[in-house]
Amino acid sequence: MIAVKKVVLDVLKPHHPNALEFCLALSAAIENSTVKVNVIAVDEKTESLEVFVKAEIIDFDLIQGVINQMGGALHSIDAVVVRNEPDA
Amino acid sequence: MKLLNKAKFLLEITRSQGIARRYFVVNGFDGALTMLGLILGFNFSASTPLPIIINACLGAAIALGVSGISSAYVSELAERRRELLKLEEAMLKDLQASAHSQAARWVPIIIAVVNGSAPLLISLVILSPLLITNAGIVLPIPPLYLAVILALIIVFLLGVFLGRISGVSWLRSGLQTLLVAITTSILIYFFTGN
Repeated sequence: MIAVKKVVLDVLKPHHPNALEFCLALSAAIENSTVKVNVIAVDEKTESLEVFVKAEIIDFDLIQGVINQMGGALHSIDAVVVRNEPDA
Repeated sequence: MKLLNKAKFLLEITRSQGIARRYFVVNGFDGALTMLGLILGFNFSASTPLPIIINACLGAAIALGVSGISSAYVSELAERRRELLKLEEAMLKDLQASAHSQAARWVPIIIAVVNGSAPLLISLVILSPLLITNAGIVLPIPPLYLAVILALIIVFLLGVFLGRISGVSWLRSGLQTLLVAITTSILIYFFTGN
């Protein structure tokens, strides 16, 4: 089974929800995940984030759904780690 | 509980808690002073049957409630839509699927309910001695006097609430709002008292 283990994303989002709320919402959506958010740039109404997500299996559609729900826009996928594991 | 959390989240992302709080105090104060004015007017006038006083006060309370709901809804809806448009321009993205769009629809309703219910509920509390007496229960103090005392207590408590929010002395803030109510009472006495 091919599983996405880690992604690094470039995301633009409004100031609210803030980075902590954004990080918590992402983490709540993906089981056993570690989410790290770096605020790269702050504009008048928006901020750019570098989002690191690490989990056993990452459902990318779910991540995108949460980003949209939080009012964010996914600009690019900057790094991906995928693992091909034998089926149990 | 889930609905409350959702409302809290929507108020948070639009930073509208302060607005809701302000509306609650401003319109609550309106409700309390209006009831105080009406009851003092009846107090200073020739004896009026209790059901007439209750109907007049209830009419004013309902009008304040409906006015609070409609005015806050219309103005907040326009404000939230404008904010959403500005945010969409900054994000270069349609935010219809986002919590911000949900907030633009729901926050005006939440704020309208707060704005309308504050004067209505406060008025009903102030009118409660009149309603109790009208129901046949005898109170130790005449109901009109008790209603005036309740109005003054509520105005004082609204001041205390404001004081606690702003971090200044709650007693000073409470006494300030109480002074406004007493000044109103004196003015009513001069213009309507015999």
